[in-house]
Amino acid sequence: MALPSYASPVQRTYYYVYLLICSFVFFFLIAPLVAIIPISFSQSPFMVFTEGMMSWPPDPEAWSFRWYRYMVGICTDENLTTPCSNKWMIGTVNSFFVGFVSTFFATALGTLAALGLSRPHMPYKALIMSILISPMIVPLIITAAGMFFFYAKINLVYTFTGIILAHIALSTPFVVITVTATLVGFDMNMVRASQSLGAKPMKTFFKVIMPLILPGVISGALFAFITSFDEVVIVMFMASLDQLTIPKQMWAGIRQEISPVILCMATCLVVLSIFLLTTVELLRRRSEKMRGISRQ
Amino acid sequence: MEDIISTTNQILTTDGLPLKVSLRKTERKNKIRAFLLVFPLLLFIIITFVVPIGDMLLRSVDDSQINSVYSKTFEEYNKWDSENDELPPEAVYEAIFNEIHYGDKVQVGKALTRMNYSKSGWKSLIKKTRRAIKKIIKSGELPTSYKETMISIHEGWGDRLFWVSMKQMVNENTAIYYWNAIDRTYDIDGNVIMQDEKRRMYIKTWVRTFKVSVYVTFFCLILGFPVAHLLANLPLRYSNLLMIFVLLPFWTSLLVRTTAWIVMLQQKGVINGVLVWLGIINDDQRIQMVYNMTGTIIAMTQILLPFMILPLYSVMKVIPKSHMRAAQNLGAKPVRAFIRVYLPQTVPGMSAGGLLVFVLAIGYFITPELVGGKDGQLIGHWIAYHLKTTLNWGLCAAIGSILLVIMLVLYWLYNKIVGIDNIKLG
Repeated sequence: MALPSYASPVQRTYYYVYLLICSFVFFFLIAPLVAIIPISFSQSPFMVFTEGMMSWPPDPEAWSFRWYRYMVGICTDENLTTPCSNKWMIGTVNSFFVGFVSTFFATALGTLAALGLSRPHMPYKALIMSILISPMIVPLIITAAGMFFFYAKINLVYTFTGIILAHIALSTPFVVITVTATLVGFDMNMVRASQSLGAKPMKTFFKVIMPLILPGVISGALFAFITSFDEVVIVMFMASLDQLTIPKQMWAGIRQEISPVILCMATCLVVLSIFLLTTVELLRRRSEKMRGISRQ
Repeated sequence: MEDIISTTNQILTTDGLPLKVSLRKTERKNKIRAFLLVFPLLLFIIITFVVPIGDMLLRSVDDSQINSVYSKTFEEYNKWDSENDELPPEAVYEAIFNEIHYGDKVQVGKALTRMNYSKSGWKSLIKKTRRAIKKIIKSGELPTSYKETMISIHEGWGDRLFWVSMKQMVNENTAIYYWNAIDRTYDIDGNVIMQDEKRRMYIKTWVRTFKVSVYVTFFCLILGFPVAHLLANLPLRYSNLLMIFVLLPFWTSLLVRTTAWIVMLQQKGVINGVLVWLGIINDDQRIQMVYNMTGTIIAMTQILLPFMILPLYSVMKVIPKSHMRAAQNLGAKPVRAFIRVYLPQTVPGMSAGGLLVFVLAIGYFITPELVGGKDGQLIGHWIAYHLKTTLNWGLCAAIGSILLVIMLVLYWLYNKIVGIDNIKLG
């Protein structure tokens, strides 16, 4: 990619402008996420960089864990100005609960379906695939409206069951897509070999198929988890007032009381996403290595 | 002769069946097995997702609620010869008298709202009448002429306009919500006319939704193109590292990214702070960049950028580098070689990314709602508004259905150009 030594001055200019634009875009992509981290350790009740934070040498007065204490529900601060409650912690528990339950079902259903879809004999494959992927394609607000009307009829609104069912439907497409991708180039002879050696179908599944598709299944599960964990539109319509989740609490926070507590939670979520991204990336490399496909 | 040979030469399997039959049998068995694996999820998606969406589509034209409340009235109403008679016959008055009084209170109330969509004034007319009828029934004296009694309760019952407006309700299906969703309504004779000036807000929002989506797609394309090109041409070690910059926002919660943009763009925010610090603007001229359309466009561009970069990257990755070199060897200047040789080969990536970003943008709700303020709202805002605030679910469903049809057409295009099973993640 480097510039050849015989490049003309004009080419050089072009090249540096190009690099400048690229760095700007990378900066544009990542800067907002980085900017919130220091502000979450601020002492001030506003979401801004205070003078003290930018002074040199650093002013210890300007920095604190104050808002993190608010977030975990420790409300012992004497000069309490913003509402402090354990809502964030209730939200965290609920988010993980809904996330785990829907991930479990989404992964199980999605993996089975992907196995079926990858078989050469699958009838009406294109049609079924488009139905299964549709929850990912239809805008969330339409899905939320449709589900709200329908679930209201069968008394599932304002229940966790309703939210979980909706989240399973929303997150299965991700599992189907990732597992189907792992199954591309899957050698069916291995299944035949295992069966001809006398393994029952269940044993073949757990001993031969599962280890090979496991990276795809785990990536799919992580996608499913983050989909449910991050979902707010459906929760907003289908959850009752006291059924809090992290995104719902953040939404309320941005709407009503803009305080750095939101940024503390946001920082935690950025850390979570770094962790998830790393895991998925490692899994993908492992899967490619296992299947002997190298990235061109 | 040939027939005999083919039958006698048929290959048989061990259980005596002809091979063809046996093969077909196994084939069918395999098909069923494959289908059984998919079946649980298919059923689940149909029940929890496809049926609700279909239910919403039906709701957008559904007018059965009011028809069930006033079934007898409407039956008699249809017999009214409205061309020749000024007012409906006695039987209609009698029917509506009884149905207002004996009807389920909640259902009658719901129907009132619907009646007001056709002509304002119905609500107060029926509420007043209902109270008066209650007194009459209590007194035990049933009226001799329902028509005269009702007109004496409220002169609205003698107003032909109310009765004509009822014509829009007697059908089980209605298109009124669809017309409302594009700022139109029925006049009293059932012709489609524009809404009052004050109530026209949907066309404006539809236009804005498309405008914002086009802007966002355009900005994503011009920002995403160089980055995808850089990533595709750097050695793998570096490009994998830089890819994190693209993938990390992709994995981060939407609300976090939206909050982050509020922090960046607000009046006391990071960008204004830097501009003031650099002395480009004065402290009192801080730019209003959030809670308006600018904020919506900036935030949505950053949020949707990965969806542009990833398809572009995967297309650029497989364009041989030798093409550009060959073009330059043949005498093309770099710019010309780029436009004539490189750019045409990236068209599949640009159309895939562009369409994906556009489709995602027109259905966006969370980000415009939070950073859009008053003039940065997209059409999703009205769906939520009618769902939660006005409870005008028919209109909510109609707006949703129009949006859904637009999406489906765009995805059909996407499928034609890219193929829906080529969607990749990460």
